[in-house]
Amino acid sequence: MSDVAAAEPESPPEPERHAGALVTRSRGQEVLHPDLDTFVATVAALKDEGYVMCVDVTATDYREAPERDLPAGVTPERFELVVNLVAHEPPRRIRLRVQVPDGPPVAPSLFTLYPGTEAMEREVFDLMGIRFAGHPDLTRILMPEDWEGHPLRKDYPVGRVPVQFKAAPSSR
Amino acid sequence: MSRAADQGGDVTPTPDGDDGQAPLATAWRGSAAVGAAETSEGAQELSSRAETDPLVLDVEQGAVLRLPEGVALDPTDFDIEPSDDETMIINLGPQHPSTHGVLRLMLELDGETVLRTKPVIGYLHTGMEKTAEDLMYVQGGTNVTRMDYLSPFHNECVFALAVEQLLGIEIPERATWIRMLMLELNRMSSHVLFMATNGLDMGATSAMIYGWRERELLLAFFERVTGLRMNHNYIRPGGVAADLPDGWRADVEHLLHVFPRRLDEFDELFTNQPIWRARSEGVGVLSQAQAVALSATGPVLRATGVPWDLRASLPYLNYDQVSFDVITGTFGDVFDRYAVRINEVRESMRIIEQILELMPAGDYRIQDAKVTPPPRSRIDESMEALIHHFKLFTEGFKVPAGEVYVAIESPRGELGCYLVSDGSAKPYRMHIRAPSFANLQSLPVMMRGGLVADAVAVISSLDPVLGDVDR
Repeated sequence: MSDVAAAEPESPPEPERHAGALVTRSRGQEVLHPDLDTFVATVAALKDEGYVMCVDVTATDYREAPERDLPAGVTPERFELVVNLVAHEPPRRIRLRVQVPDGPPVAPSLFTLYPGTEAMEREVFDLMGIRFAGHPDLTRILMPEDWEGHPLRKDYPVGRVPVQFKAAPSSR
Repeated sequence: MSRAADQGGDVTPTPDGDDGQAPLATAWRGSAAVGAAETSEGAQELSSRAETDPLVLDVEQGAVLRLPEGVALDPTDFDIEPSDDETMIINLGPQHPSTHGVLRLMLELDGETVLRTKPVIGYLHTGMEKTAEDLMYVQGGTNVTRMDYLSPFHNECVFALAVEQLLGIEIPERATWIRMLMLELNRMSSHVLFMATNGLDMGATSAMIYGWRERELLLAFFERVTGLRMNHNYIRPGGVAADLPDGWRADVEHLLHVFPRRLDEFDELFTNQPIWRARSEGVGVLSQAQAVALSATGPVLRATGVPWDLRASLPYLNYDQVSFDVITGTFGDVFDRYAVRINEVRESMRIIEQILELMPAGDYRIQDAKVTPPPRSRIDESMEALIHHFKLFTEGFKVPAGEVYVAIESPRGELGCYLVSDGSAKPYRMHIRAPSFANLQSLPVMMRGGLVADAVAVISSLDPVLGDVDR
């Protein structure tokens, strides 16, 4: 047993990186973990690699389940921004998970790289409350403009919320 | 009114800056958004030009930013930048027969020419992603199937595939082929309904009658198989809810026999009809680069000539074992989007013919008592089966922690499901990447410079399902 331990190299192997970000595999899918400051640079590098389309931007609130599968060196934060890119030639798919700290959560917008993220980032802002710096029109998209709170957050309760719509004046 | 104006506008990247993303990568932390209020009360509506930020104006005018030279809209094509008092902002929808539900568009018009378009959505938002967090995986299918109600099987399938990937289970071959059969029939029913509503929107009212008649054939088959015409909850994690009924093969063969002739009728009604072509050709043009930049998928993208179909490009289920053509258009106009869809119906029939030959015998769901309920007959004889049945429907099954993104090609484009599990019996987070939602962003580009009468044709050609848009 001690022989096996001695045969092991002293330093762990260099963690795999792609476009400057740490790589993990989740159920066989390639996932990148850039940090918030290198996020845009990583996405720009991926776009140059042929990932021509950003198909989805979404987010998860890990408030109630902080334990999750992250590579060493990535600090878990409350919010996680998830971006899905596809390349057409050859066909492939990649996912980015970016940790966004609370208080209040802000991330850079991908709008200048992929104009198609406009509505998706608005949706994330509306439902999860992550603000996107550089987004041209960061307004609510699914909820009414005067809605309070961001429904997909874990501290936003399901059911028994007071109805926020004003009563319509009745003629009777 | 505009948010960027509130923030001083200094951090807003210039639309045509040659190094647009470089300053953004570092400068965003200093932007006003970092310290901004929690809840935005910015207007979702279209406001007058004077009150609109230039970048927002570009989006509303359909100018796609950062495109290579020459593909962006040529402003000289329509020399129209009139002052505010010459234009009119009108509201189309949400209560309008051509808006396919509750889509609301705000249009800025100069006479009959559309200058700016802004879709205002959310009228059908019912928080289904939030609901999903409160439903067990066994119940999740009933929720997602109600999103895109014209292709319920696709929604169920993408959810089931995501759950199965997290569980790490392989479903029986027959279940996979049954899924493919239902998915392709569903694609046909969705596309013929598109032809019905498209015809109605363009004034060919008889098309509506034909389209609904064709769809009825398919819905009758769905009812025989699943018991319901819509919102079936038929495709479930672990397989499908029930085996195909006796006589299903004859039913499908009958459909395959009837449909080619019916499609020829559509060709007569639309494809070769001069009025239809004049009404649809060259209208609502979207270029290839614009479609890719705006994350458009499905027939909207393929009509511009990009051969991107997940069934062929990134095959799932057994799509790598059947042969079919990916239909593409050339001009990306209303006619091409129609033509792509009608030919996709034919390709779906080709796939179904192969499925009929390849359909194996076997089980229609995985025989893992932890995931699928035991057969009804076993419950009367076996205590263990009864316990499994009871546990499955009261507590559900637990899914290992992890996250996964699965995408399939729905009739409207890439339908994705992002699923996060924390190891319990309910999803921690479920997100559906809705194709209609993303495709709607192409609308301002297609509308710009067109006539308001064509607006209805353009909306229709996008084939949005508002249940899918708003979720």
